Amino acid sequence: MTGDVVVRAVPDGPLLIRGADTIRDENGDEHEVTRPVVAVCACGKSARKPWCDSTHKAIPDR
Amino acid sequence: MHLPQERGPISRHVIQALAHEGDGSLAPALGPGEVTGDDDVQLALWIIYELHYRGFDGVPDDREWDPELLALRRSIEHRFERELRSATREQVESTSDEGDVGAGLLQLVAADDGPSLAAFLHRRASRDQVLDYLRERSVQQLKESDPQSFVLPRLDGGAKAALAELQYDEYGGGRPERLHATMYGDALEAAGLDRTYGAYIDDVSALSLACTNVMTMFGLNRRLRGAAMGHLAAFEASSSVPSRKIAGGIARVGLPDAVAAYFNEHVEADAVHEHVASSDICGALVSAEPDLRVDVFFGAAASLHLESLSGAELLHRWSTELEVAS
Repeated sequence: MTGDVVVRAVPDGPLLIRGADTIRDENGDEHEVTRPVVAVCACGKSARKPWCDSTHKAIPDR
Repeated sequence: MHLPQERGPISRHVIQALAHEGDGSLAPALGPGEVTGDDDVQLALWIIYELHYRGFDGVPDDREWDPELLALRRSIEHRFERELRSATREQVESTSDEGDVGAGLLQLVAADDGPSLAAFLHRRASRDQVLDYLRERSVQQLKESDPQSFVLPRLDGGAKAALAELQYDEYGGGRPERLHATMYGDALEAAGLDRTYGAYIDDVSALSLACTNVMTMFGLNRRLRGAAMGHLAAFEASSSVPSRKIAGGIARVGLPDAVAAYFNEHVEADAVHEHVASSDICGALVSAEPDLRVDVFFGAAASLHLESLSGAELLHRWSTELEVAS
């Protein structure tokens, strides 16, 4: 994919990323992007990192 | 697909009209009761709608535009919409006033106190009840995302681009085996069920039909495009966490991983789609067409309302089974 990568932070939610080919996680592992938009975990609690699995909804008053 | 079995005078009329070219007779009048949970009326509406999707064996394709059936469809839709507006009026009035559309929609979903079908499937449902759930949802999921595709040519700008983006993901991102409807078929097959489109049409409840019919009603009526997109936002925003629970329940009752795969896909996909649908589609749509604001919230509330009725129905059915068994 060519062009700009656009990142949007959702308040109390994930980072929405458009235009990326891969996401490199905190361990340096590369994860292929297979969707037009991906949601990357920003709360640190996802069981499917680096992807958001909506676990943040269970966390009160962050 | 074969024409379904009739469930009363209205569906009988539709089936006979399609099976025998129609004799020009008028459909019987709708009864005085609500159509939302009416087996006969919801089935009749589903059959008429299906002419716009896959059609039926032996029924000429051009019956899609049969004026008499379209007139019946309109009279059913009029009642169905009126009942949904009435049931959701308070909720829509209290949430649609002002403020950010995307955030408002997500709050509406978060405040929903409908019964948790997913929690029951996660912790308590028997294997047969999980299979029952898969069958009930098959009429809607085997054409997953198709009703919303009718809306694409009715939008423009940011809302259109975002809906196209969402639909591309729903339709597998260029990989046929990742079409969500196909993944649902794979899940049915792995569970030992029939993946054929329409296989369980004679088994599903009126409310399961209503849950899929509402999407088609919103999708086929350009006037209701705001409701269609609000419905989509609420549907996507109430999917990621429940899908995780349902996948857990599927594993608990010992069904194969291939059954859970569909739900695991929705944990991730809908964590994205809820934001795309609520902000990028509905937010952009209301910016472009402010008059659609109330309908966007109406569509979202209607989705929650019907899912809640359908969830309560299934939980009631299953709790009765538990009592009988114990």
